[in-house]
Amino acid sequence: MIDTPKGLVSPTMATKRVAASMAKRKKSERNFQRLGRGAIAVALAFLVVLFFSIFSKGLPGFFQYYVEIEVDIDRERLDPTDDLSLQSLYDGDARGVIRSALYAAVDAEGRSNKRAAGKLISPGAEQRLRKMVYNDPSLMDTTQTLRFALDDDVDSFLRGFIKRETPEKDRRINDRMVEYIDRLQADGKIIYAFSDYLIFGSASRNPEMAGIYGALMGSILTLSVCLVLAFPIGVATAIYLEEIAPKNRITEIIEININNLAAVPSVVFGILGLAVFIGIFGMPRSIPLIGGVVLALMTLPTIIISSRAAIRAVPPSVREAALGVGASQVQTIFHHVIPLAMPGMLTGTIIGMAQALGETAPLLMIGMVAFIVDVPGSVTDPGTVLPVQIFMWADFAERMFVQKTSAAIIVLLAFLITMNAAAIIVRKKLERRW
Amino acid sequence: MIESQKVAIPEVPDLDLAKLPNATIGDIYVETPRMTARQVRVNYGDKIAIEDVSLDIGSCEVISFIGPSGCGKSTFLRCLNRMNDTIKTCKVSGDIRLNGDDIYAPDVDVVPLRARVGMVFQKPNPFPKSIFDNVAYGPKIHGLAEDSGHLKKIVQEALERAGLWPEVHNRLDDPGTGLSGGQQQRLCIARAIAVSPEIILMDEPCSALDPIATARIEQLIHELSSEYSIVIVTHSLQQAARVSRRTAYFHLGRLVEVGLTDELFMKPQHEMTNNYITGRFG
Repeated sequence: MIDTPKGLVSPTMATKRVAASMAKRKKSERNFQRLGRGAIAVALAFLVVLFFSIFSKGLPGFFQYYVEIEVDIDRERLDPTDDLSLQSLYDGDARGVIRSALYAAVDAEGRSNKRAAGKLISPGAEQRLRKMVYNDPSLMDTTQTLRFALDDDVDSFLRGFIKRETPEKDRRINDRMVEYIDRLQADGKIIYAFSDYLIFGSASRNPEMAGIYGALMGSILTLSVCLVLAFPIGVATAIYLEEIAPKNRITEIIEININNLAAVPSVVFGILGLAVFIGIFGMPRSIPLIGGVVLALMTLPTIIISSRAAIRAVPPSVREAALGVGASQVQTIFHHVIPLAMPGMLTGTIIGMAQALGETAPLLMIGMVAFIVDVPGSVTDPGTVLPVQIFMWADFAERMFVQKTSAAIIVLLAFLITMNAAAIIVRKKLERRW
Repeated sequence: MIESQKVAIPEVPDLDLAKLPNATIGDIYVETPRMTARQVRVNYGDKIAIEDVSLDIGSCEVISFIGPSGCGKSTFLRCLNRMNDTIKTCKVSGDIRLNGDDIYAPDVDVVPLRARVGMVFQKPNPFPKSIFDNVAYGPKIHGLAEDSGHLKKIVQEALERAGLWPEVHNRLDDPGTGLSGGQQQRLCIARAIAVSPEIILMDEPCSALDPIATARIEQLIHELSSEYSIVIVTHSLQQAARVSRRTAYFHLGRLVEVGLTDELFMKPQHEMTNNYITGRFG
């Protein structure tokens, strides 16, 4: 016998069956809620682990060890031609001046002792002294207590990464240096302070002098180029495709291709930038201008897709109202559609910019991975960007770069959060939905 | 098992094309026409929405379009200010003139046309801007105001004529969308009036409103009719009877019958009109 359908169920029977099915429904709802909570818990746990690891490693990276020594700023040794020109200062013996002060501080006598003492201080110290007297000549022929960064090995020793118990021949600092460090510490001359090199320094092979200033400026310049190109082009494309373009085969093909571009691996855009801008147009490598253009190409699909969605979400009644009082198509778009779609467009732009900020691969292709000490002042100066800087530092062997890398990651995150916060504030201002 | 009870269902009259009259019954002409439509036909792609509609709209008269859903009354209304242009597949043929000028002539720009023929929509659709900006928008884009003082005067007068001024004069900067439904619709009417049109088209302006707000709007239509021609599409026969001087009955894309409202409701000439207004279908 085949069970034939019996048709409508009587109301009493229906009530019973609905009641019977409730338990199952409630159970599945509860399960779904539990699943959701579980997922959030896992995600939060990962986030906590991530932040804990970054901050525990990175926060010490914002500080480093300095030594304070009495420096006798001798005009004759520092400024041989006595005209305070940079040339003269570079000809002078800044290193000697600092070293004499250091030898005096630790009572280093004899060649080998002096050599050991000389290794304590960062090579960046002399440059700092030159800059100081160049900016303030009144310091000449005075004795000042000056603060200089310690060498990265000393820093790592003080942090305990280089162990005192390690045999001398396996240690990067010898017993005499250890002795001097102990002595300076006993005298209260070693200071653990906020690392100005990290923020104001640029790329350097000496970890104690390495900083993110150049990379930060590079990132700002690159992103500026990216934003200036991607936002207007993306929004204009979205408006044209949504509002003006006739719906035909050609626009359909364009649409499909834009959607496909959003899924293209970013490194491909780097190859494109390399081939077109550097290969065909012969533009210089490593410059934020090309970095920005490449990132703009990468960001465009994101901005276009989200802008189109935002435009589509504008109620047709608003368009009709505008057309009804005699606004032209362009007036309707600019007075009504764009203001209403702007929050959505900005959301897409934020997402795109955040992607661009963290992007490394396409910039490697166009040579923004070069070791560049100078801080880029314009979009055509060679430079690098934060994520590439992090990538490079992570590759270096010195122990101190580990902290610097984490510190740079924190700066990158802070940059990202600042950028997003600014965009959210702008969006909230525009989003006065009546 | 409970057996479903049998309910007497009124017989739905046959919607047969053959029953449509060959020509519109009644007088399509008026003495002082502001707008004249002749043999208007609208296609959406292959589908014919309205065919062979000819009608005059007199100056300072209120004319209602009635008829069942899908009969083409809104389509015809939207031909009068070329709002149908926004629909890509829509094709309008025939001849529609405003004060003797062909509004579908190739050199006609829809912008000045829509300034002369205003429109109020079914759902109140104020701009998401302040009350003042809603009314000021039209005059601003058309450059009607000489200065900001003049603009304020225009806004005030438009709101006064729409009967909204006493309610909003002290909160012109509040959002237009914060008003009640009836107030929003009057704001939309004020917005249409602000550009000083000759004709105001209203597409079921009261269908989203409660009876009190509806009465306000009807009164307003009555007041406005001394200066503007008003074309109103409505599903409410009572409303048509209350507000309009003439009524046009559309069916299946044809203008079946047109005449003075009283006469059309008292003595409909065509069987379909009779069926519709006596509530036998529609």
